[in-house]
Amino acid sequence: MDVIKIVSLGIIATVLIVLLKEIRPEFPMFISLLTGIAIFLMILEELSFVIDSLNTLARRINIEFTYFSTILKIIGMAYIVEFGAQISRDSGQENIAMKIELGGKVLIMFLAIPILLALMEMILKILT
Amino acid sequence: MEIDLILKITGLGILVGIIHSLLNKFGKEEYAFIVTVVGLIVAFSMVVSLISKLFENLKVIFRL
Repeated sequence: MDVIKIVSLGIIATVLIVLLKEIRPEFPMFISLLTGIAIFLMILEELSFVIDSLNTLARRINIEFTYFSTILKIIGMAYIVEFGAQISRDSGQENIAMKIELGGKVLIMFLAIPILLALMEMILKILT
Repeated sequence: MEIDLILKITGLGILVGIIHSLLNKFGKEEYAFIVTVVGLIVAFSMVVSLISKLFENLKVIFRL
């Protein structure tokens, strides 16, 4: 049962963080970082299975492949940005977290622009 | 597994905290600071390889 593993890992890490925050306030950051990584590594296989099946589905219904890979990239970037931003937010650096999120948003917008342009093109074609 | 790394870092934190307060009690604040810095560096060097592993995995899965 993977879900029990994940939940118990989270509970243990929470207890350790609460314990350690009293003694040394610098170390809990590493523990929360490690817990995030450990949980992600646990769900790695399932996640790659889900993405592979979505991939085959997208191939079968003939969506243009660049759209699917762009969406996949955007999901991955959103996950990474959220990971980093939460770490700095937990350590009390709201400022850095905002900047990380800004960077992620701009890069996601940059990736999304081809899809947006294609949509606009289609709308213009319908209108004229 | 990652759980023993978590326990290791907790132990390291407790150890550093104890040494820190002991050194503070003996009036050696500068050594206490050095101990904290060394502990942080050790903990960071433990975590850094895992962070790079996470990013490699993300790159492969989401085809970044």
